[in-house]
Amino acid sequence: MAFQPVKFYQTGTFTVGNRLLDEQQRSVQAQEERSNSLNSGHRACQGCGEALGARYAIDAAMHATGNQLIAANATGCLEVFSTPYPESSWQIPWIHSLFGNAAAVASGIAAALRVKGRGEVRVIAQGGDGGTTDIGFGCLSGMFERNDDVLYICYDNEAYMNTGVQRSSATPPAARTATTMAVGAQPGNVFGQGKNVPAIAMAHDIPYVATATVAELHDLEYKVKKAMGFHGARYIHVFVPCPLGWGAASQDTIKLARLAKETGLFPVFEAEHGEVTSVSKIRRPIPVEEYLRPQKRFAHLFGQEPAAEVIARLQTIADRNIKKFGLLDAAA
Amino acid sequence: MLKQIEGSHGVAEAVALARPEVICAYPISPQTHIVEALGEMVKTGALSPCEFINVESEFAAMSVAIGASAAGARTYTATASQGLLFMVEAVYNAAGLGLPIVMTVANRAIGAPINIWNDHTDAMSQRDCGWIQLFAETNQEALDLHIQAFRLAEELSLPVMVCMDGFILTHAYERMDVPEQALVDAYLPPYEPRQVLDPREPVSIGAMVGPEAFTEVRYLAHAKQMSAIERIPQLAQEFRAVFGRDSGGLVRGYRLEDAETVVVALGSVLGTIKDTVDELRDRGVKIGVLGITSFRPFPLAAVRAALAGAKRFVVLEKSLAVGIGGIVATNVRLALDGLALKGYTIVAGLGGRAITRASLHRVFGEAIADRLEAVHFLDLQRERVARVLEREEAVRRSGPIAEGILKDLGTVASRIG
Ligand SMILES: Cc1ncc(C[n+]2csc(CCOP(=O)(O)OP(=O)(O)O)c2C)c(N)n1
Ligand code: SF4
Ligand SMILES: [Mg+2]
Repeated sequence: MAFQPVKFYQTGTFTVGNRLLDEQQRSVQAQEERSNSLNSGHRACQGCGEALGARYAIDAAMHATGNQLIAANATGCLEVFSTPYPESSWQIPWIHSLFGNAAAVASGIAAALRVKGRGEVRVIAQGGDGGTTDIGFGCLSGMFERNDDVLYICYDNEAYMNTGVQRSSATPPAARTATTMAVGAQPGNVFGQGKNVPAIAMAHDIPYVATATVAELHDLEYKVKKAMGFHGARYIHVFVPCPLGWGAASQDTIKLARLAKETGLFPVFEAEHGEVTSVSKIRRPIPVEEYLRPQKRFAHLFGQEPAAEVIARLQTIADRNIKKFGLLDAAA
Repeated sequence: MLKQIEGSHGVAEAVALARPEVICAYPISPQTHIVEALGEMVKTGALSPCEFINVESEFAAMSVAIGASAAGARTYTATASQGLLFMVEAVYNAAGLGLPIVMTVANRAIGAPINIWNDHTDAMSQRDCGWIQLFAETNQEALDLHIQAFRLAEELSLPVMVCMDGFILTHAYERMDVPEQALVDAYLPPYEPRQVLDPREPVSIGAMVGPEAFTEVRYLAHAKQMSAIERIPQLAQEFRAVFGRDSGGLVRGYRLEDAETVVVALGSVLGTIKDTVDELRDRGVKIGVLGITSFRPFPLAAVRAALAGAKRFVVLEKSLAVGIGGIVATNVRLALDGLALKGYTIVAGLGGRAITRASLHRVFGEAIADRLEAVHFLDLQRERVARVLEREEAVRRSGPIAEGILKDLGTVASRIG
C-alpha cells in the first residue's frame, strides 16, 4: 500500500487510529467538510458493503475535486436503494439511465462538460458487477478504448443482487446463487468461468486501474483520490460483501472483505498504463476455508462431509493470485 | 444558398447550422453520409465548439446522447434500421427522461432477411416510444425539419426523430436551399435545459417511480406530446416567416378539393403519388392526397378534417404490422371513427421495392371501383409465394424461407423493380 507506511492496528482489533494519522492521510469521513454524497436514509440492507463502498468512494472523489462531480449510475441495488421516488440520498448531481449504459452516459456527460468549457467538473460512472462485467461491458470497453475522461467504479458483490442473487460473470466458482443452485453433482457455480475485468481494463492501456475492498477504506479513498489525479479512463473495482446475497451476518461485512484479500482470493493492487505498480501485501496468509465458512452461499461445501476437493481448488485460485501478484511479504 | 448536394449532406449542413455541441454516432447504411459529413466538419473546426464521438454501438450512441443532453449540451445522433432497434432501450429512456435529443432515422427495412433498402419499418417500430416523429417528403424538407426539430425538442423537452427515406432521399443529389447561419440563429435560440446535471445545483435524474406516481409521469409524457399538435404548425409558420418556405406542419393536403378518394402516405413516395394523382385528375377522377408529416404525435383532428368529405381513403404505407396489416392505416382509421368511409391499406415499397406510377394507377383504379382487398400488397408476386407454400407443404425440411424465394427467382442480383 503506497500511501500508509505505518500500521496502526490496535491489538485484537483492526481499527485504524485515525487521529494517529497526519491530516493528509485522515479519512475524508473524519473531516467536517465531508460531502455526505450518499446521505443517510437510503434503503440498503444492514451491513451492505456496496452502500459503504459508494459512500467512501464518492465522498473521496468529491473531496479530491472540490465537490465538482457528476455521477452516472447503472441500475442495481445502489441505484434502487438510493433513489426511491420521490426521495434521493444523493447530494451530488446524479443520473440513472439504464442497467447497461452507465459508462456511455458518463462519456456523454464528459463530452458535454468539455464542450462547455467546464473541465473542472469531473465524471464518475458506477455500477454493480452485473452492470459492469456483463450487460454494461460493451459500453465500458468503449469508454476505456476511447480513453474518455471518466472514472468507472464497479461495486462487486459477485452476483445480481437487486434481482434476487443470480449468477454474474463475477460470481466465484462453487458459490450458490439463485441460478447456480447448490444441487447436483457439482453444486454452486462452475469452475473455469468468469471474467477478470480489472485485467481486461488494464489491457486497454488506460491510465489507472485499481482494486480495493471495503475492509480498507483508507486505501479505497486513497485510490479514488489518486484516480481523480489522472485524466482519461480509469477503473476501480471494489469488493463489497452483500450480507443478503451471501448469507452472511451483517456485522461480518468488513471481516469477509478482509478475508477475501488476506486469503488471496481478491488481490488488491494498482496499475498504471497496463502495468501493476503496487500490491497490498497479505499480512499472513489465511486458508480460504476461513473465508468460505461464514457464508451460506458456500454452506454446501461444509456439510457432513466437507467438499475437500472443491475447497482445495478454491485454495489453488488463491495461491495462484498470491504468486502472480507477489502478495506475500518476503519476511512472512 | 442554393446548392446541388446529396440529401445527407444537406441534412448534415442543417444539423451543423443548429450548432450541436455533442454528436455521437455509429455507422449504418444509409445514415453514414450524414454523420461522416458532420464528423469532418468537427475535425476541420468548421463546426465548433462540438464534440464528435465515435461510439462502439447504437446503444452507446443513444446513451452518450442521454448523458450529453442531461449535462446541458445540444445533442444529435443518427441511425437506421438494425441500429435503431439496437438502441431501443435507450430510445425509450431518452423520452422517459425528457431529453431533447434530435436523431435522424434514415429509414430502412428491418431483417431478417437483412436488407439495406428503404421502408418505414424501423421508425414505425418506435412509434410509441415517446419521441416525436416527423417524416420528410423531400430533401429540402428533411433539411428544414432538422432545424425545426431542435426548436421543438428543446421547447417541449422531448426528443425528436426526423425520418427521411434511406437512399431515396439520403443519397439523392438535388438542389437544396441551405439557409444562412444568421437566419437559423434567429429561429433557434440557444439551448436552455429544463433539467441539467450541474454541481452548482445538484439534482437526481432518473429515480425509480412505483405505482403511486408512474401513471402520472406517463400521462405527462402523453400530454406533452399532445401539446406538440399545436406547436408543430406554429413552428412551421414561424419557419415560413424566417426562411420563406413551407416545411413541416402536421399534415399537408394536395388536390383535396372535392376529392372522393384520398390517398394517405408518409415520406418521399408522396412525390410519385402526387404525379399519379395529377394524371388521374387530368382524366377527371376526383382524387387527392394527404401527406402526414407528424406521425407522432398523430394529428387525429387534422386527418379527420382532411378526409371527412371523401368517400374512401387509401393508405399507402411502407410498413407492415404482421398479423393485422397496416400501421399508418390503423392510426388513420382511429381519426375517422364514426365516419362512413371505405378504407384500403396498400403495403408498398418494402425493403426498397420500387413504387411505380403504373402500379399506383392500377391499385388506385381498383380502390376507386371498390374492388381492392382491404389489405393489399403492392406488386406481390403471388406465384412465387405459392410455390414456396407448396414446397413447404410437400417437404418438412424446406429450408430457409428467404433462400427459397431467391432460388425461385433464379437471379442473384437484387432487383428493386
Ligand atoms: C436490460 C435489463 N436487464 C435486466 C434488468 C434487471 N436487473 C436490474 S438490476 C439487476 C441486477 C444488478 O446486479 P449488479 O449489477 O451486480 O448490481 P447489484 O444489484 O448486485 O448491486 C438486474 C438483472 C434490467 N434492469 N435491465
Ligand atoms: S442485497 Fe446486498 S447489495 Fe443489495 S442492498 Fe442488500 S446488502 Fe446491499
Ligand atoms: Mg452485484
